[in-house]
Amino acid sequence: MLSLGSGGPKPAKPSFVSYVTPGEINSEKDSSKKVEHLDLLPGEVVFCSATPVLRYTQDDLSQRGVFGTLLCTNFRVSFISDESPQEEVAQHFKNRLYGENDIPLSCVDQIYGVYDEKKKLITGGQVKNKYPSKIIFHCRDLRVFQFCLTYAKEEDGRRIFQGVVRHCLEPKSLKCVFAFSYSVPAKPVLQENQRTVMFESLEDWHQEMRRTKGDCKPIRDNEAFEISHRLPKYFIVPAAVETEDLSKCEGKGIPIWCWSHHSGCALFKMASVPLGQEDTMSQSHMERMLHAVAQNYLYSVKTEDLTETLPTLQDIQQSYNKFKQFFLIDNTMDFWLSDVKWFSSLENSGWLDMIRQCLRKAMEVVECLEKENTNVLIMEEGGSDLCCVVSSLVQIMLDPYFRTMVGFQSLVQKEWVSGCHQFLDRSNHLHQKEKECQSPVFLLFLECVWQLVQQHSPAFQFSETYLTVLSDSIHVPIFSTFLFNSAHHKASVLQAESPRSQNEVLTCPPVWDWSVQFDCKAQDFFINPLYAEKNKPDKTQRKTHKPKHQRQLSLPSSAFKTPPKKGFFKEETESLKKMLRMRRVSRWLVSPDSPQASTREFYESWQRKPLDYHGVLLPCLDGPAMRVWMQRYLRWIPELQIFGGGAIAVTNRLAELQGEVVQLRRELDRQGRRENKPDNHRPLALSRSSVRLSSSFPFASNRNWSFKPVIPNSRLHSIDVTDNLANQEDEATEAFTVV
Amino acid sequence: MEKQSSGSDSPVLPAIPNRKPRTLGVNPGSRQESVDSLDSPTGSHVEWCKQLIAATISSQISGVVPPEAAARECKVFRDVQKQMQTDEVPLVPGESVRTTAKDVMYICPFTGAVTGTLTVTDYKLYFVSVERDPPFVLDVNLGAISRLETISVQSHGENTQGVEIVCKDMRSPRFAYKMEDQSKQEIVGMLTKYAFPLSNDLPLFAYQYKEEYPVDGWKVYDPVAEYKRQGLPNESWTISKINSNYEVCDTYPALLVIPTSIQEDELKRVASFRAKHRIPVLSWIHPETQATIVRCSQPLVGPSDRRCKEDERYLQTIMDANAQSHKLTIFDARQSTVAETNKAKDGGYENENFYSNVELNFLEIPNIHVMRESLRKMKEVVYPTIDEMRWHSAIDATHWLEYIRLLLAGAVRIADKLESSKSSVVVHCSDGWDRTAQLTSLAMLMLDSHYRTLRGFQVLLEKEWISFGHKFASRVGHGDENHANSERSPLFVQFIDCVWQMMRQFPSAFEFNELFLITILDHLYSCLFGTFLYNSEKERVEKEVYSKTVSLWSYINSQLEDFSNPFYVDYENHVLYPLASLRHLELWVSYYVRWNPRMRPQMPVHQNLKELLFLRAELQKRVEELQREVSSSHSLSSSSEHTSSPSHGGTPLHTTV
Repeated sequence: MLSLGSGGPKPAKPSFVSYVTPGEINSEKDSSKKVEHLDLLPGEVVFCSATPVLRYTQDDLSQRGVFGTLLCTNFRVSFISDESPQEEVAQHFKNRLYGENDIPLSCVDQIYGVYDEKKKLITGGQVKNKYPSKIIFHCRDLRVFQFCLTYAKEEDGRRIFQGVVRHCLEPKSLKCVFAFSYSVPAKPVLQENQRTVMFESLEDWHQEMRRTKGDCKPIRDNEAFEISHRLPKYFIVPAAVETEDLSKCEGKGIPIWCWSHHSGCALFKMASVPLGQEDTMSQSHMERMLHAVAQNYLYSVKTEDLTETLPTLQDIQQSYNKFKQFFLIDNTMDFWLSDVKWFSSLENSGWLDMIRQCLRKAMEVVECLEKENTNVLIMEEGGSDLCCVVSSLVQIMLDPYFRTMVGFQSLVQKEWVSGCHQFLDRSNHLHQKEKECQSPVFLLFLECVWQLVQQHSPAFQFSETYLTVLSDSIHVPIFSTFLFNSAHHKASVLQAESPRSQNEVLTCPPVWDWSVQFDCKAQDFFINPLYAEKNKPDKTQRKTHKPKHQRQLSLPSSAFKTPPKKGFFKEETESLKKMLRMRRVSRWLVSPDSPQASTREFYESWQRKPLDYHGVLLPCLDGPAMRVWMQRYLRWIPELQIFGGGAIAVTNRLAELQGEVVQLRRELDRQGRRENKPDNHRPLALSRSSVRLSSSFPFASNRNWSFKPVIPNSRLHSIDVTDNLANQEDEATEAFTVV
Repeated sequence: MEKQSSGSDSPVLPAIPNRKPRTLGVNPGSRQESVDSLDSPTGSHVEWCKQLIAATISSQISGVVPPEAAARECKVFRDVQKQMQTDEVPLVPGESVRTTAKDVMYICPFTGAVTGTLTVTDYKLYFVSVERDPPFVLDVNLGAISRLETISVQSHGENTQGVEIVCKDMRSPRFAYKMEDQSKQEIVGMLTKYAFPLSNDLPLFAYQYKEEYPVDGWKVYDPVAEYKRQGLPNESWTISKINSNYEVCDTYPALLVIPTSIQEDELKRVASFRAKHRIPVLSWIHPETQATIVRCSQPLVGPSDRRCKEDERYLQTIMDANAQSHKLTIFDARQSTVAETNKAKDGGYENENFYSNVELNFLEIPNIHVMRESLRKMKEVVYPTIDEMRWHSAIDATHWLEYIRLLLAGAVRIADKLESSKSSVVVHCSDGWDRTAQLTSLAMLMLDSHYRTLRGFQVLLEKEWISFGHKFASRVGHGDENHANSERSPLFVQFIDCVWQMMRQFPSAFEFNELFLITILDHLYSCLFGTFLYNSEKERVEKEVYSKTVSLWSYINSQLEDFSNPFYVDYENHVLYPLASLRHLELWVSYYVRWNPRMRPQMPVHQNLKELLFLRAELQKRVEELQREVSSSHSLSSSSEHTSSPSHGGTPLHTTV
């Protein structure tokens, strides 16, 4: 009836011990009263509830917990504690949509049931008559919840269990996603000057091309998705691409412009057309496209098929599944057991290596654009997964604009949303059976960005908290950004929805409207206090020292430059190669050397130059430099909270200083103008409190941290030093000194 | 290195703090580009030979210079004329050049072979090559040398010599040169002589070093003042002079804090029951609860479970001195099996049946040999190159971080006993000078914020390590050529690593910075200062260390700015419990892997903060000025432009004032 948890660890726990006698349980409490406690969002409906339910506190093995009510709504699973909320610890970082005890339905990753001390993975689609005594939630934002259902009335217990399983695990239609019930009055658009470019209009694309001094051809033929459903309404292609080329291969095989380097060369991406068979039609099409990419700038072209050189979507998914298990920890015992094997298991998951591979590929492309000034065309089967990862990373490394918050958001819009990344399928919000679709590609991208952020923190305007929150927001089923598979998908869904909601407009905000989730004060945490802002007033303009469009002048030298001795771009199919050789526009590099050596060289020569946070930024990919995104993965694990420590201690000190500087400036200003207007802007005032914050700040901030230290489980005999060194007389001088 | 020098040409900014540790007196501006290689000579010998032959054949060492290179050479020659100044070996006062050899090739594993001039002084090895721009410099303190390996290769009828300098600080630079003239034949001899002066009847360089500093580091630690700070003596504890002639215990300091009620004859009997006569003495007392950290060596119970009434009473007295608890906890740092083995060899551990209300815990920390082996493996992992694919499992296999975790966990348990259970603890291992020092000093660092200051940390080292007889001379092997001595072990390095791990977890709780720790470790080996020389206070007095050598703290305290942490916030009486989980431990890359240029840190974060501090000071000054002349009308239109900048949370750090 129930599928067995895939290798789910057996609970090594003592049997449940209640610290409360049954008489103490106030089972008469009206659950509907509880529901009132819950601040329902507009459009939110409660499906079912059960009370009393015991929520275990995660902190220890004592099986202690809090009684309360467990509810399931069309938006979340929520637990409301019976305990009157203690004096709220000043919460700096409250999400307006859901609290620490709420799990948005699509944030539920896996549910385990404990039946007679056995932990089993629950899957949707089956009728469950027998409900477990304990239900464990593993969330996609890495929280773990454990509830005991045995105190509630049997029917309530069964109802809530079945409700939760149905709404969290079973396939559903997109219309059932909360975004389509959520109705709030439409908000005014974001501030004009700080606006995220959505790339939903032709003008946005024009503007981007002007910004990068690109010279390609905007296409508006897909306004009604006639060319392809997998392309946005507007996009940009090389000037030489003809209109009839566009509709050749159902939207595949069209080089889409991503970004232009100041030298004039540019980055393109493309959904590859299956070659190999004697399909002369598509071959000649490809030849023409390549020629278009090349001739456009009279530069040589490098192509890279990411499908063949980067991990597959399934690899990524599998690796992440292994990786996340290290952080979804049910109890202290499991924690310490897994701690001993930490480094090796980390390596075995391969997740860090996935990140490294993406970063390395991006570096290779950067090298082509920056050092060799060649055009680059990256391809992959759908053109909307790893292409997005690589092209976005390349742009972040090369263009400081994308390291600002607005720039970064615009980049996600440009490459991911407009680029038709299949957010819905990749996150599998709807629990469709075809698991092959599911893959944390966008998360992988954020992981790569995080590596860059932690290596070159002052180069980024946003903080790691911003990235963490963004990674959480993928699983909040409200944002248009993450709900659709393509522009066409979005348009058709919204169109289908519109008759129903004639009088009320469907509000489906982009995730970038951060005020939906956080107030201004909380949004302060998104800003990196160490950001080395450019002194120039207009930071949106990339510095363009080099004169543009000098390619006509430099044509012979740059177009037919001798290839460097090393390369890493793999050989293309024979026909293409022949063709391109004939036309003498390309440089096909046969690479005898390992790709690593070349990127390494590139990195080293970059590293020797003085570091410019507004110039090219490269990541160090060596073993020690690749780290685990501690904030994202460790924030909820009580054993890992450093009380009074963590990066927040530094950030806090900086914020404090900055606050003082702002105050001083205002004071100066005020005195200069001899005004006496009182000053009411208080900058991030956590001053002097870092001693009381934990390393997971600003997350998990309203938990009560104990001052008791975490002491590793002494039952573990950590190391078996088998060699006889351990038994050597340790400090007896006489015996062992070799004279 | 190149990056650094070119990076410093941004004149607007305040001086950029050195990216790399600066070794005192050695070319302060730019430190070496350096290397290491495999430690085990046998395994890597073949590879080393090949390398040597390849280098010999391929390069300028053979005198045949390709035309292109010749052209460059001319330029270089002109540069040399210009650079005669920089070409000179920077010397510290008291240092003298012993030999200089030209056309020596340094085989750098990171940037390839480079030819230049090698100088050996009585303090360091100094290699400079003007082939590269900026000049390539490598220097190695002779004190850091563990072993010299030489190798000869016949090629083209000439005898090429290779020298591998295996260092204690995780590198092994390799040189190659032709045995053509006198100066080159001298290299190895001079290196041997001055790297291992004690084996060659020469004094350690610290006795020659003549630098004068404005402050006297020997005054940093005054035991009476330190005990007074802790509130001692009090009614239960006294500062005893019983060991003033080092007669009770020759590895203990002259001043000891012992229970007031203990009589001298009792004490002597206790001493004879404790290994090396290292009786239980107070290290630290909790200001509120009077719970104490007491350190000692193992009791000599032997296989027959000997008892010593005086020792039992002594521990009872220690327990009674703390009214808050009726228990005493003994932490034996060793693995319980090893402690058992020790019992058979006349050592052992306290029997809980004989000592009333005593609880004995083993912390299961392996011995010095295991630690030495662990660090040796680590050197193989980080040198000269890193296998990035297998980095984590390779680090796992060294167990180094696992041992760090054990130490931190042990110290946390000790600190927690004092803080939460309010009971006194006794810490010992076998002799009480290695793991005991690690544990007591770590626990003290967690409990007492004073030790997290620059001065306090110096006191902590002087007290728990130096005065209480951690055998620095034996563990480090200062000036001794016997590299295989099993007494050597990087226990102090391991301790400093633990401190670094704590610093990482609590980045604003320490007044000192990473450079401070690295500097301490560099001078642990350098023999430039007297601080870490010899095994005990007694020896130091005999060798007149305090009068004839300079203290490391003289140097450090003369330029505290360089060693202070700009993020420092006084945590006052907060107890810091580091997390002893591998998920929060990390390899100290900027120490162990610092010779790898790829691992050099980018612009330190401190840079921004220093600018910010500077900016704040400037602004404060200006506000004050303005307030003074507030009555007069002032046009400050220029500054108001800046203030109107949007301040959505983050404020630009780099806006010009």
